[in-house]
Amino acid sequence: MTAFLVILVIVLFGVSVWQMNRIFQLAKTKPSGHSEIASDKDNNTQGYLMLGFLAFIYILTIVSFWLWYDTLLPESGSEHGSDIDNLMLISMILIFFVGIITQAVLHYFAFIYRGNKVKRATFYADNDKLEFIWTIIPVIVLAGLIIYGLFTWTDIMNVDKDDDPLIVELYAQQFNWKARYGGNDNTLGNANVRLIKGINQLGVDPADPNGQDDKIVTELHLPVGRKVLIKMRSQDVLHSAYMPHFRAQMNCVPGMITQFAFTPTVTTEEMRQNDYIVEKVANINAIRKNKSEELVAKGEEPLETYEFDYFVLCNKICGISHYNMQMKIIVESEEDYKAWLAEQPTLGEQLSKETK
Amino acid sequence: MSANAQVHALEDHHDDHGHHKQTFVTKYIFSTDHKMISKQYMITGIFMGVIGILMSLFFRLQLAWPDHTFTIYEIFLGKWGTDGVMDPSVYLALVTIHGTIMVFFVLTAGLSGTFSNLLIPLQIGARDMASGFLNMVSYWLFFLSSFIMLCSLFVEAGPASSGWTIYPPLSALPQAIPGSGAGMTLWLISIAIFIASSLLGSLNFIVTVINMRTKGMSMTRLPLTVWAFFITAMIGLVSFPVLFSAALMLIMDRSFGTSFFLSDIYIAGEVLHHQGGSPVLFEHLFWFLGHPEVYIVILPAMGIVSEIMATNSRKPIFGYRAMVASLLAIAFLSTIVWGHHMFISGMNPFLGSVFTFTTLLIAIPSAVKSFNWITTLWRGKLQMNVAMLWCIAFVSTFITGGLTGIIMGDSALDINIHDTYFIVAHFHLVMGISAAYGFLAGVYHWFPKMFEGRMMNKNLGYIHFWVTSIGAYGIFFPMHFVGLAGLPRRYYSNTSFPYFDDLADINVVMTIFAIFTIAVQVVFLYNFIHSMFYGKMAPKNPWNATTLEWTAEVQHIHGNWDGPIPHVYRWAYDYSKLNKDETDFVIPGQDFIPQNVPLQDNEDELDH
Repeated sequence: MTAFLVILVIVLFGVSVWQMNRIFQLAKTKPSGHSEIASDKDNNTQGYLMLGFLAFIYILTIVSFWLWYDTLLPESGSEHGSDIDNLMLISMILIFFVGIITQAVLHYFAFIYRGNKVKRATFYADNDKLEFIWTIIPVIVLAGLIIYGLFTWTDIMNVDKDDDPLIVELYAQQFNWKARYGGNDNTLGNANVRLIKGINQLGVDPADPNGQDDKIVTELHLPVGRKVLIKMRSQDVLHSAYMPHFRAQMNCVPGMITQFAFTPTVTTEEMRQNDYIVEKVANINAIRKNKSEELVAKGEEPLETYEFDYFVLCNKICGISHYNMQMKIIVESEEDYKAWLAEQPTLGEQLSKETK
Repeated sequence: MSANAQVHALEDHHDDHGHHKQTFVTKYIFSTDHKMISKQYMITGIFMGVIGILMSLFFRLQLAWPDHTFTIYEIFLGKWGTDGVMDPSVYLALVTIHGTIMVFFVLTAGLSGTFSNLLIPLQIGARDMASGFLNMVSYWLFFLSSFIMLCSLFVEAGPASSGWTIYPPLSALPQAIPGSGAGMTLWLISIAIFIASSLLGSLNFIVTVINMRTKGMSMTRLPLTVWAFFITAMIGLVSFPVLFSAALMLIMDRSFGTSFFLSDIYIAGEVLHHQGGSPVLFEHLFWFLGHPEVYIVILPAMGIVSEIMATNSRKPIFGYRAMVASLLAIAFLSTIVWGHHMFISGMNPFLGSVFTFTTLLIAIPSAVKSFNWITTLWRGKLQMNVAMLWCIAFVSTFITGGLTGIIMGDSALDINIHDTYFIVAHFHLVMGISAAYGFLAGVYHWFPKMFEGRMMNKNLGYIHFWVTSIGAYGIFFPMHFVGLAGLPRRYYSNTSFPYFDDLADINVVMTIFAIFTIAVQVVFLYNFIHSMFYGKMAPKNPWNATTLEWTAEVQHIHGNWDGPIPHVYRWAYDYSKLNKDETDFVIPGQDFIPQNVPLQDNEDELDH
């Protein structure tokens, strides 16, 4: 690959030197006008190129969608996610509509009004009506978007205590995640970094009775269909808990507790069966297989076959291994979740074991 | 009136002094002449730009081919590129310093510093800045801060690497990341000096525009360039001191044990004593500058584009008053939208609603500007000079990048694209690329003014333009997909997540476009340096523009005009204005009326 790049750079350099030479030669034989000021011929050529550039933008857009449509996120795995996706779709349609038209007009004008000696420009300094129209249209459209956006935002961010959400703490540290369940009482024990000691890595207050039945795990299991309120803490620097498949994200800030609530609606198993994901995973595995063959040829370990799982990743620069700070999330039925949770030891048990 | 006349009498008298004998040092180094200072800013800015852009080449290579080794890493990165493998910590350092250099040193000082200094006195009809001395100090502080920033690259533990936003606690604790040691200290010192430089510059620009306009140059006759520089200087004056305070508090937290931004931290096996501070406070302070900063970057480019576009369309800028009003509106709104960088920072969600509202409001003046630029082209006689092409491309990238802002600015949508590559694509197009285009437009357009009549080569300019504009879209359009796929920014590699394996292709495509785009900048550098010495001589007013700078002497003299300062009788956009009978232009055979030409009998005085 290095060789390829080096060759590329050399070729490119060669081409530019050749071009420069050619251009200097051409420049010498210019008959009329100042050679560094655009002539009618330049206006014409550049005008056509502007039209070509418009085509380039459109083709780039179409090709990008054609090639990479399947890299986009699958349908949302959470309840509020579909609202976000809806709003996203509406906004996208709007900006594509506006973008396609304005780019077309801009480049078309650049082409059609390219200057020549005969043409005369129109002295057209202002038109209040026109300007009023294109002030008021964005005002109306944006007002609509703002209102829709704000309703969605308020719905997502306001947590109704009556929903009886499952309380889970997401705990961030360089460079991994831990989760803490409130246990039978669904209440987290108080915690502070100053109480971190031995096995009590999250600094849960041993004196707080609410903390005794807390359960600390390194894999987040969530029951499908139940609202979960995630309380976030960080012990060192800023992190951000980003769960793209649930359209959920919140920063973890040392010194304060932040929160985000959502209701998972699609179990991991169901998501794996989702047509879009099946295709995406097949594609990813094809890529991995190719890579594995290269690796095996070099005498290295092949890559494992990939299977879809939800995950939380860190999305706020947090240090050297920022790029590999992740935790698996499993969404499952209420029974499976309960069975799994029952197997996890409580903090009280762990602490008493330690003191023995 | 009489006071005005007196001032002019004095100024006219000024020319009788003859010119002071200048040594090499006073002419080229410690110059107080705005034209020389402007060139100093430009060349320093371009130099920093080369470094910043080369850094981006390194991390683009890493992103496209994470498994491959590149010997150039070893050559340039030394111990962080051993055996051609890039170290994760230097990856973070590269993105941090790339961001810092491009935002502050290239697009703030390089753009505004260059063109405000060159154009404010020349276009308002002043002999120099209000204070030539402060102007010189401002440049040399900028130089010093650039120098310190470059020095920080050679620190043992590496330069600052907590992102250009330097959020604490990461930037405050050397235990958290090696770059937060001496590298971060130098970063903070450099930026503190930079802020001092920027403030001196801004004060000078504001005073000059307010006090030193020539007779007849009312505020409503100012070219849009000057309006843009003036408003930019005011935003800088309001917001930069806030960054200074943030930097100062961060220095205190780092070195003197205070707890402005730190609380409840357990790191490297011990609990720190810090208690009660909040990183969110830093975010507020940082973005109180950080957001206006992007307008400090883009407004001068908007001014330059408006001016060059009108000149090369041979038409007045459409809706001059609306253009000024929208500049003012953007400037005002820019100071009350910073929270949109913090929707998911943990601040109260109600604040998020407020900032969504103010943020989306900014789309309105921005839309007005875009429509007005497009209308300026309508029924024009477009002269496709290289500068003009950059202006058209500016409008294109500004629209594309601006539209995605509607998505980012919506707090509900921001949840899922915050800090992904979507935002990287957005701000590079709308702020980075657009402002760079504005800068390049300015360089090509005013090159003859800067280098005593020499012009840049047109055809090399065309090559530079087309490859760059295709490349810029080629890099940043596909990047939106990476963001929408959910890939966070500032990831050294995404191979730890098999889920993102299908993004490898896009990364390769972006990097190849980046290589071409960066390579073609060599053509620009060659053209720039070559034309400086051997460029063809231009006519005195090569683009047939109306503004005052083209009436000044081609040879740089102290005081700009050899004779008296020209007076102004009209606005800056009398292009293709017809006489009363509409038979010919007001001046027969000439489609522009310079600002210093008095109102003619055969024309109507229009109210713009």
